[in-house]
Amino acid sequence: MDKATRGILLDPLHEKNPITLQVLGICSALAVTTKLETAFVMSAALTFVLVCSNTTISLLRNKIPGSIRIITQLAIIASLVIVADQVLKAFLFDTSKALSVFVGLIITNCIVMGRAEAFAMANPPMASALDGFANSMGYSVVLIYVALFRELLGSGKVLGSPVFASVSDGGWYVPNGLMVLSPGAFFLIGILIWIQRSMTPTLQEAD
Amino acid sequence: MKILRDTLDKFEPLFTKGGKLEKLYPVYEAADTFLYTPGHRTASGPSVRDGIDLKRLMIMVVIALVPATLFGMWNVGFQHLRATEDWNLAPTAAPFFECLLYGAIKFIPVYAVTIVAGGTAEAIFSIIRKHEINEGFLVTSLLFPLTLPPDIPLWQVAVGIIFGVVIGKEIFGGTGMNILNPALTARIFLYFAYPVDISGDRVWVSGSGSGEWIDGATGATPLAFFYSNGNAPEAMAAADSLSIGWFDAFMGWIPGSMGETSTLMCLLGAGILIFSKVGSWRIMAGCGMGMLAFTLLLNFVAFAAGLGADHYTAVSPAWHFVIGSFAFGSIFMATDPVSAAQTNTGRWIYGFMIGALTILVRVLNPAYPAGIMLAIVFMNVFAPLIDHYVMKANIRRREVRLGLQ
Repeated sequence: MDKATRGILLDPLHEKNPITLQVLGICSALAVTTKLETAFVMSAALTFVLVCSNTTISLLRNKIPGSIRIITQLAIIASLVIVADQVLKAFLFDTSKALSVFVGLIITNCIVMGRAEAFAMANPPMASALDGFANSMGYSVVLIYVALFRELLGSGKVLGSPVFASVSDGGWYVPNGLMVLSPGAFFLIGILIWIQRSMTPTLQEAD
Repeated sequence: MKILRDTLDKFEPLFTKGGKLEKLYPVYEAADTFLYTPGHRTASGPSVRDGIDLKRLMIMVVIALVPATLFGMWNVGFQHLRATEDWNLAPTAAPFFECLLYGAIKFIPVYAVTIVAGGTAEAIFSIIRKHEINEGFLVTSLLFPLTLPPDIPLWQVAVGIIFGVVIGKEIFGGTGMNILNPALTARIFLYFAYPVDISGDRVWVSGSGSGEWIDGATGATPLAFFYSNGNAPEAMAAADSLSIGWFDAFMGWIPGSMGETSTLMCLLGAGILIFSKVGSWRIMAGCGMGMLAFTLLLNFVAFAAGLGADHYTAVSPAWHFVIGSFAFGSIFMATDPVSAAQTNTGRWIYGFMIGALTILVRVLNPAYPAGIMLAIVFMNVFAPLIDHYVMKANIRRREVRLGLQ
């Protein structure tokens, strides 16, 4: 693997993470992370959309007129999101209901538009597909971390099965209500950003 | 006292650079400056300095809190006695020391846990970040237990204060850098994380759920009563379950958090803070005016819209002044010199908004009966912005005066 490809694959996981460093895609990271299951499905949906949209846009990049490129990108992304949404409704109806509008809102997810504009418009399809995949993974890692802690601390469960026996079931764990509310996700993302930047001081912004 | 100084001096080399316990220097420094005035001198002129330092500032707040704390302890015992023996017991007839002792048994463990857990968090950060352990925590650690119900589980106290110190203060850089009031951050954390133990009608009087309560006893606070029943002071005074009048609420012998019930004791504290110029009277007055203005507005709306005299919006400002933690919050929490506005005009705006928002949350918000806590933290966030515009306006005014604009 050459250096450029490795950069495309690994940077979004850490040094150019779309959530913790570019602070994109925050809305869905707050909204769908009360349970680990929804976070997994959301990550899968975003991975599908981002890989396909990056590839498609990259294939068409020389044909898209500069003045209407945003509309073209949006048309491609929107079509893919509708496909993802319909597939979820057909095969994972309950999860789809739990995700409510947030699968549809992938259209406006800043990461998808951002990668199309910043990468796919200027790079060949293979590299764009890899970039889309790597960025989805960067997003998914954070989403799964947030969801894991929110579900564990907020209801004492992981993937719906009890890990800490909660007080209402005769156990010892008192569920932390703050974790179920959106601010809980904010705190978790904030703490992750704090840890990440303490470990890698080069990522810290100048005061 | 010479022994103390000698002991400190004897151990000093251990902690200074090159010593065995060099890393623990903040701990030594904290003990030294807590006991003695630091010997720092200004390196360059001007060398005239005020004797007031962080230690004296914070000690004054602690002194101002003493009346509320002592009364609070007595009240915890008194409420418990009422709920378990005689619901109609007169405050003056209650055995004073028995009540005080019962309250102390409830309060002191909470206070001790706050100091140990929060102090440890603070010390760890001081050692890693190499800054001093400040006296600011003395105030935070006293304010926080005063806002808690008497039967709060101690592990929650520890989790709450650690959250308050770390998220409310240390991640912003420690004392003097915090955007939010750490004591309130800690309480808000508990309020949203474990609402069962810090809200509702059961928790405000000690001993609920233990089967000790007599029939007819209730832990409902006047605030909660207004919240669910609207403005019905006569009905309230007549109700057997909650015979509380305005004077009772003012004096503070009502169910509530451990140290915030008594408006009178808070006003005493306000006197100390204002006299010693530690707390800003502008913020306190601003809070009062904001509360008054917004309540009168609501009263007018209630009257104009024909909501009736028993609607919550028709509750008079006099009642709003004594129920809930309005007095405690606007006197001790809102005036925190770090998280409040710094300019004089800014302080008026900041205080006014706190008062108005408190009533807005209390009366018009369907989810939370208590407003002052959320109002203060919300305005903490806005304080720097208020100051920014006040200063900009000032600069503009001077430019106009000089004909530059």
